[in-house]
Order: sequence, then C-alpha cells, then structure tokens
Amino acid sequence: MTTPSESGFALPLRIKLAMFFRLLALQGSWNYETLNGTGIGFAMEPALSRLPGGRDGPAYRAALARQSRYFNTHPYLAGVAAGALSRAELEGVDATRIERFRTALPGPLGSVGDRLVWASWLPFSSLIGIAVYGFGGSPLAVVGTFLLLYNAGHLALRAWALHIGLSRGLNVASALGNPVFRQGPQYIGCAAALAAGIALPLALERITGPGKALAGGIVAASIIGILILAALRERAEGWRIALGVLAVFVLYSVLT
Amino acid sequence: MTLLETLPLAMLGALFGLDVVSFPQVMVSRPIVAATVAGAFIGNPPGGLLIGVVLEMIALDTLPFGAARYPEWGSAGVVGGALFAAQPAGMPGALPACVLATLLTASISGWSMVVLRRLIAVRLERSRDQLEEGSRRALMLFHLSGMSMDLLRAALVTTLAMLIFAPLVKAIVAIWGSESAASRAVVVVVVAIVAGAALWKVFHSVRYVLWFLLAGLLAWLVLLVKP
Repeated sequence: MTTPSESGFALPLRIKLAMFFRLLALQGSWNYETLNGTGIGFAMEPALSRLPGGRDGPAYRAALARQSRYFNTHPYLAGVAAGALSRAELEGVDATRIERFRTALPGPLGSVGDRLVWASWLPFSSLIGIAVYGFGGSPLAVVGTFLLLYNAGHLALRAWALHIGLSRGLNVASALGNPVFRQGPQYIGCAAALAAGIALPLALERITGPGKALAGGIVAASIIGILILAALRERAEGWRIALGVLAVFVLYSVLT
Repeated sequence: MTLLETLPLAMLGALFGLDVVSFPQVMVSRPIVAATVAGAFIGNPPGGLLIGVVLEMIALDTLPFGAARYPEWGSAGVVGGALFAAQPAGMPGALPACVLATLLTASISGWSMVVLRRLIAVRLERSRDQLEEGSRRALMLFHLSGMSMDLLRAALVTTLAMLIFAPLVKAIVAIWGSESAASRAVVVVVVAIVAGAALWKVFHSVRYVLWFLLAGLLAWLVLLVKP
C-alpha cells in the first residue's frame, strides 16, 4: 500500500513503518565519534533500498555511507531528519545540498526537542504519576497513568516528525515554527508547576507515613534546602548531594 | 541472594537499562516504573512503588539533555525496587539504605554507559572503511551489536549490584541505630530539596510559573483541611 504525500512523493506503508520502528532504536550505536549518525543511516536504510539499482546499486551505497556519518539530534525529532533526507536522496537531490542540510538541521531539532520533551513533557508526566501516588493510587494506576500519558505525547511526536520529514523533504524548516514547539513548553511548564504544588506535598506526606511529629521540621528544612540549592543552580547537582547526605546518615545510623 | 536468583532481575534490569538510550525510550526506565515492576517481581508492588516515587523525585534532577553524562535509572530502578521490596515491613533503615544503594548503582551504571560509548567508538574505527563504502551488512552489524552490548551492560550492572547490595542492605538494616520517624524524615527532606530545586532549575524561566505553583500549593492546603 502506497500513501501519497505533498508534491506527489510516496513511500509504501511498510517502508514508513520500518523507518518508524528503526527510529525507536536510533541511539543503539550512539558513540562519541558519530553520535547518532549511524542510527540515522540505520533508520533510513529501508527507504534508501528503493534507490535505482536497489541494495546492490552504487546510489544506495553512496547514500547509506553519506547518511551514516556524524549527526546529532533529539531522538524523538530525528524522524524529521530521516524523512527529509530519505526524500532528498530518493528524488536525487545534489549530494552537496544534502550535506548542507545535514549540517544545518541538527541544532534546531535538538534545541526544540530538549525544550519540549526533556524540559517539559517528561517532568510534567512524572509529576502527574507522582500526583496519582499522592492521591493514594495503586501501583498499576501510578505506572499506567505515567506511561500512557508520556507515550501518548512521545509516540505522536515521533509519528508527526517522520510524516513531516517525508512530506516536506528539505523544506521542513517552517514546520519547526509549529505553535506546539513555540508555546508548548510555556503551557506545559505552567501545568507542571500547578501539578508540582499538589503532587509533591501529597506524595511526601504519603511517604512520611502517619506520624506527624516531625512535619513542621520537615517542611522548614525542605524550604530552606530548596532555596539554597535553587540559588546554586548549575553549580550543584542535587542527586549527588542526596547521595552524600544519605551516605553520611547511613554511616551515622550504623555506627550509633 | 545467589547468582541464579538474580537472573530474572538481571533480565528486567537489562530491558529497562536498554530503554534509557538505545531502545525504545518509552520511559519504562524511569524509576517510578522500573522500581515498581521490580517490586512486583519480588511480590511487593507497593514497596517497589514507594521507593520508585522517592527515586523519581530525585531523577527530576537528572533529565537526559543532549550528550550530557547522567545516572542510569533503568537498571538502578530495578535494583532499588527489588532491594526495598525484599525488606520486612517497618524496618527503619530500609528506605535510606536502599535509596543510597540505588543512587550508587545509578552512578556506576551511568559511568558504564560512558565506557560502552567509548567501546562502540573503538568498534567504529574498525568498521569505518566498510561503512564508508556503504556496506549494509557492516552498518546492521555495528548498530545491532551496539544495542546488544548495552543490553549486556545493563544486565551485568543489575547482577553485580544485587549481589553486592542485597547482603549489605540486609546487614545495615539489622544494625540500624536511628529511630523510624527520623529515618523517614531524613529521606523525605533530602528528596523534597532535590525535587524542588530541580523543578525550579527547569521551570524558573517560564512566565507566571510561581503563580501556578502557588495555586497548586493552595489546592493541596484545601485538600489538607477538608474533613
């Protein structure tokens, strides 16, 4: 089954599905030399096999070699690049132009993806999962809510990315001006702050358990600690501080 | 815990460790999921969930931006969930000791990912000529072996962590000297500070964020005083 997209460019559905699933494994060979370049080659391979001469042809080999070189982008938006580059290769776009595009695209894709996914959608989904726990949710409810919510956004973004790449080819730049990318982090950030205000105290209350004797001390110590650590920003890593404090506390509790 | 007993957990740790970067990044590697599932494996899902939520709040401080080095929570979450779920209920030292063991595992596992990426780069040098010739076979072999090595890495980390920390945590819990309420309180304060500061770091530049946070806190207070 072949589904046509903009400007008459079409790929069989099975090729698109193969690309989609391979994009889930984009970072399987992530390394400090090519970053996710070989992953892009791996994901584009089913589309490149349709070049004249097939998998034994020189066009295929040249394109696969070109696309497996250094590349660095956000994994969820890599479909934009894989789709656009596949279309360019199949339409016989000049190699120099393809190289220029490969150099220009990763930065914006990475920046947009980091802001939308890692700095917005992931913490928001986490906080919703934590809120379900705070409200007394069962293990299944907490895990189910988190996974369903997170992956609804995750998989939709990946599907959109591949679709937009394949349908627009090298003209994908305007797609990155999509309101979801521009306004999304702002709205999700506000929703996450609202969720944090409810979720964190509720969850911490449930973790603390029924004893309320130390509640005042916990709240005061937490507020002071948050203010100090937030002021330090990038100069201090909270999880390392947690590791150090817990190590000292465990040692103290074992030795006394 | 014997090597044979760690096998199911090692497989779970391998799958969840793979999810962190290699495949498919659906966030089963987040501690809220990994620890809960490991707890269910041990027969105590609520125990796994409790430590999972604690670790999830700490993990908010380590979001996977770009090529940054961060703790690996997939296999570490499995280790934490399994360790805590295996402790008898009401032991005061269980939560602090298990969280500490998990943080150490996450840190070491994060380092093992760096080593793996260097190893893959070494393999890349060996395959470079074939890759430059556009060899499909070389690319498939290179990519799939990278994923297999990651799977093996996570399984090894989980196995070693369980073999080391299961008896160690048991011994710590047995001779624990601090009282129960204080032990829980220390963990809660540490987690609240890390999560609160992490969220501030991520969201402080968002417009009106403080108002939304205050609205959330107000909603919590309403829930608190509601009979």
